[in-house]
Amino acid sequence: MNRSTIAGLMVTAAVGLLISLVILLVVFGVRRVSSTTKPPRSASGSVAATGIAEPGVLGRKIKARLFYVSADGTRLTGVEREVVYGDGPAAQAQFIINAQLAPVDAPLVSAVPPGTTLRALYLNMARGEAYVDLSREAVTAHTGGSLDELLTIYTIVNALTSNLPAVTSVQVLVDGKEVDTLAGHVDLRRPLAKNLALVE
Amino acid sequence: MRVPAVAAVVLALFAGALAPTLIGQAPTLTVLTKEGRRSLAITPAGDQEFVALDDLAAMFQLSVREEPLGAITATYKGRTIVLTPDQPLASISGRLVTLPAPPRRAASRRWLVPVEFLRALTLIYDTKIDLRKPSYLVVVGDLRVPRVQVQYDPSVGYGRITIDATPRAIGTLTREGDHLAVKFDADALELVTTNVQFPAQGLIQSVRLADPATVAFDLGPRFGTFKATNTTGDASSRLVIDITAQAPETAATATQPSAQPATPPTPAPPNTPLPDLGSLLPGATFTSIRTIAIDPGHGGDDEGSRSANGTKEKDLALSVARKLKAAIELRMGLRVLMTREDDRAVSIDDRTAVANNGKADLFISLHANASLRPAVAGASIATAFFDTRTQSSARALAPERVPSVGGGSREIEFVPWQVAQIPHLQQSTTLATILEQQFQNRIPLAARPLEVAPLRVLESANMPAVLVEMGYLTNVDQARLLAGAEFQNSMVQALFDSIVRFRDALDDEHRETAAKGAK
Repeated sequence: MNRSTIAGLMVTAAVGLLISLVILLVVFGVRRVSSTTKPPRSASGSVAATGIAEPGVLGRKIKARLFYVSADGTRLTGVEREVVYGDGPAAQAQFIINAQLAPVDAPLVSAVPPGTTLRALYLNMARGEAYVDLSREAVTAHTGGSLDELLTIYTIVNALTSNLPAVTSVQVLVDGKEVDTLAGHVDLRRPLAKNLALVE
Repeated sequence: MRVPAVAAVVLALFAGALAPTLIGQAPTLTVLTKEGRRSLAITPAGDQEFVALDDLAAMFQLSVREEPLGAITATYKGRTIVLTPDQPLASISGRLVTLPAPPRRAASRRWLVPVEFLRALTLIYDTKIDLRKPSYLVVVGDLRVPRVQVQYDPSVGYGRITIDATPRAIGTLTREGDHLAVKFDADALELVTTNVQFPAQGLIQSVRLADPATVAFDLGPRFGTFKATNTTGDASSRLVIDITAQAPETAATATQPSAQPATPPTPAPPNTPLPDLGSLLPGATFTSIRTIAIDPGHGGDDEGSRSANGTKEKDLALSVARKLKAAIELRMGLRVLMTREDDRAVSIDDRTAVANNGKADLFISLHANASLRPAVAGASIATAFFDTRTQSSARALAPERVPSVGGGSREIEFVPWQVAQIPHLQQSTTLATILEQQFQNRIPLAARPLEVAPLRVLESANMPAVLVEMGYLTNVDQARLLAGAEFQNSMVQALFDSIVRFRDALDDEHRETAAKGAK
């Protein structure tokens, strides 16, 4: 083999090694993020999990109904918003919740405590259940009233059940764990179904 | 108008030495010994309080000397305390006791030592010297001087005095003319009346010491009858005095000849008529409801919602709960269980367990709401929500046969903890509706006063259960209203009337059922 052939082989090998490394990083990196929290014990059957925002499909968007505190403060009001299209229910659920958690400008008021972020989201497709794992700000930054607690919970529950036919109930987790309540009132030990009585 | 009682710590001293911050007189410590009471002058300096070392020497037979190297010694029967002028320390036989400030020399050349020096003095003295600084009291020797804390919970037409004595001391209650006297089995009392207020309801006007071991409550023109209950624990004892007002016409007559009423008689506020006590006083028979569980929401680290001016939901809930408990016990003669009696955290399951294990017939959870919209206002009443599937599953649970003692078997109905409320939902809704009716025209109601929600504390209650949100602490006007005694009394009255009507409705139902069974 002449010198140019050897150099070509070395370049090919280096490129191959680089590609392999990238593939390994992508595969194990995503796995690590997806497994940062375990699905709750009650979630059985097929579980689709997502932990971090993945890019939408080439900027495609869907219309989704998001929920905010009504002008009189006692109910939720539905607002149609554009949300990034997700490839599959789990990704779409994640984009919807992230859009729901995003700060909003007045006169809209979010019932979700400021600073709350999505840690992970799981779908149990067989049971139509979603598990939304929120950051601890959902508890620590809460105002504490039972009305606000109801509005916080059903903002999340209604956002998924109103926009994703495959999701019929939602359980809110905090910091990777099941919790009794957010602020001492609403039972979060089981998935909750859509509540349109709270929507004006 | 409110008549503040002695809103500070008052010494249990017949001589009447008051906390210096209260009356601005020359502050004194009162020293109690078997021989009697003596005063010890206090000299404030900076943020500390001092006593003169030579005063202590005269009182406790100390020998005080200034040593050549600047040290000061106080000696009692060969035992010596060494003080150094620039150090906040006292040395006793090589042991160091920290003082809040070093000794200082007064303009009169007298040496002053911090009041806390008395805690060092007890280490060399023959008998115990007990400094109770908040009360400006020094107890020398083996005297019985319990700390006696008074609390007053007023409501419309009645009031409850609670007296806690620690260490325990038995109080004997008698009426002596224009006052109620509680004489304790003690040498003296450390009477604490911090934050006690007697509203102008005409029942009690003030609290004072009648003698060193007797607390006196001066009666108002509407004072009617009283009933006392004594309970004694290992460490403390409690005397509860329930007071009812005279009937309105009697009270009006009684007030006319009163030459020097401390406060004018108070008419019942509009929309809060006095209940018909005749139908409520003990003697009537109550069948449907014997025990009521009251749950003051939150507590301890869990403050619940909070107003801009600092009113906390946990405190408000406890205040109303205490008044409601007093009203129910006194006027209905029913047993009341509280899920918490003070400011402490209680888990949700423990709250329900108090009601379930105590076989309560009714569960009322008291809360104050919060909203992200500051204008939201008004009270609401919530009952538990269960979806149809959960309700069907719970109702379909069949009794199980279990072996019984002595052979054979018997059926037992199992009640799943998490859904124990389901069989009672209809009655809970009835109670919520009655509450809404009773709140009308008395308590500002929310736009939608009746709520159905998956509320954790109600779901496991094995009896009719409601959660009452009394108003919004995030609304400035409501926060002010909720913190006031007038609102709280109206709330207690409305809750009380609702319980009476709910009980009557259940009794009627039972009678109808019994009559049908007889046919």
